[in-house]
Amino acid sequence: NVVPTPVKINLINMLSETGLQVIEATSFVSPKWVPQMADHTEVMQGINKLPGISYPVLTPNLKGFQAAVAAGAKEVSIFGAASELFTKKNINCSIEESLERFDEVMKAAREASIPVRGYVSCVLGCPYEGKISAAKVAEVSKKMYAMGCYEISLGDTIGVGTPGSMREMLAVVMKEVPVGALAVHCHDTYGQALANILVALQMGVSVVDASVAGLGGCPYAQGASGNVATEDLVYMLNGLGIHTGVDLQKLMDTGTFICNALNRRTNSKVSQASCRL
Amino acid sequence: QEPQASGLPEYIKIVEVGPRDGLQNEKVIVPTDIKIELINQLSKTGLPAIEVTSFVSSKWVPQMADHKEVMRGIERHPGVQYPVLTPNLQGFHSAIAAGATEVSVFGAASESFSKMNINCSIEESIEKFEEVTKSARNMNIPVRGYVSCALGCPYEGSVVPDKVAEVSKRLYSMGCYEISLGDTIGVGTPGTMKKMLEAVMKEIPLSALAVHCHDTYGQALANILTAIQMGVAVVDSSVAGLGGCPYAKGATGNVATEDVIYMLNGLGINTGVNLYAVMEAGNFICTALNKTTNSKVAQASFNTGTI
Repeated sequence: NVVPTPVKINLINMLSETGLQVIEATSFVSPKWVPQMADHTEVMQGINKLPGISYPVLTPNLKGFQAAVAAGAKEVSIFGAASELFTKKNINCSIEESLERFDEVMKAAREASIPVRGYVSCVLGCPYEGKISAAKVAEVSKKMYAMGCYEISLGDTIGVGTPGSMREMLAVVMKEVPVGALAVHCHDTYGQALANILVALQMGVSVVDASVAGLGGCPYAQGASGNVATEDLVYMLNGLGIHTGVDLQKLMDTGTFICNALNRRTNSKVSQASCRL
Repeated sequence: QEPQASGLPEYIKIVEVGPRDGLQNEKVIVPTDIKIELINQLSKTGLPAIEVTSFVSSKWVPQMADHKEVMRGIERHPGVQYPVLTPNLQGFHSAIAAGATEVSVFGAASESFSKMNINCSIEESIEKFEEVTKSARNMNIPVRGYVSCALGCPYEGSVVPDKVAEVSKRLYSMGCYEISLGDTIGVGTPGTMKKMLEAVMKEIPLSALAVHCHDTYGQALANILTAIQMGVAVVDSSVAGLGGCPYAKGATGNVATEDVIYMLNGLGINTGVNLYAVMEAGNFICTALNKTTNSKVAQASFNTGTI
């Protein structure tokens, strides 16, 4: 179900009050491909942009980048992948061709002093190729970092990773990209996300992607979960004494809001446990 | 992936608690023949230990009223242990008469929990267990000790690691061959798990320790990982994540065996367990209970058609 624009705006505004410092707002991609993000301009222009908070948006190409900047975006993201087959199926070109496209965005972003975040998908496995070599992940990450991305978010797109494969992959990537520029984006499709994130933290990674209420299923496993829930992540980090600046209660309230609006149950276990019916 | 290279155990024993801890905490009471079929299926998966039932008065735990029939009805596979809960001497004798060859006793690291759960103090409960362990020793029956509320209590809140160590030591000294440390309400995180284990490891040898993590707050696998990084090599789990949390309505309880095995497989750690066989047993019991599995691995696998 496509979420109405005012609901999206309210969600982002509520997230802005939780202490989160980065909130991925929308995607400037053609509504033909991603109808759920068709209102990207309205959302970007409608949200309260609080000082100290970043609102990055996806920009798959130069056209999207220009539309994003026109709508007020101050940070953008580009999405690469460590799998040729995934790239072909997802954006209908090779990894090399996708990086050439991104280069146009990088040049324009540099001229406009807009920071660019790079994502690498399929870092621990691919729905088409299966196993992915850590060397390939390092190669793509290195290229994107060298192109000018300030941060590389390594995505376990289908959630098949385990602490073993996470450790192995990070060890190789960290030879090419400084750990301070690395982030992990773990999916919880196989319940492994928090364990994988824990290993990443143990190796020095200090940027973690997560989704309030665990929004976002897995398009490759019908009915299965996708993103790890921000609430569950913050619960773990709080328990570890790691500072995030995030107010867990406000975050849970935000999760409750969006789940009610979507008429669905939360994917966050912390939220489920805290809700005494 | 070499587990030894990362300091992890090469082999981890999985103790399957679904048929007891799991079914005891499900809303629906399961017919005896379904329980027996579940245990028989689990016996074929490679699991080395399966907690079968509880010899406790059916007045208190009606879900386990058929303990004798279940104990007598299951197939006993060689190399598989079938422990049962025995809260007191009476239960112990009843269990032995029904053919049990291993028993478990349940202590707690919280006085309030002990009082609310079994209506006596920790000290009084230890005295009852001592009667069991004495009899068990005379009959060469191994006894496993559980310590509940190891990382937090629904009544007292936080629990002091030294208290967990103290209760664990009492159980170990009286003859329990293994101590399973339970995060009963799932509030633990890798930080509290580490602190608690450090305290307990001063009193109990590592090889006698197990962790029993609940996934109520989604922390179970991260907590288990922390424990195995510290050398713990026995992990309790429940097929399909059976067993909700009696202290948080609607919340989950036990961690799913499938998800634990998936992680351990990925770490290159040997468990001897066939993941697909466990998923099939999980599918069986969820169908019988008319509920969706709590295992993410099972959810993902059934939905991609890889099973």
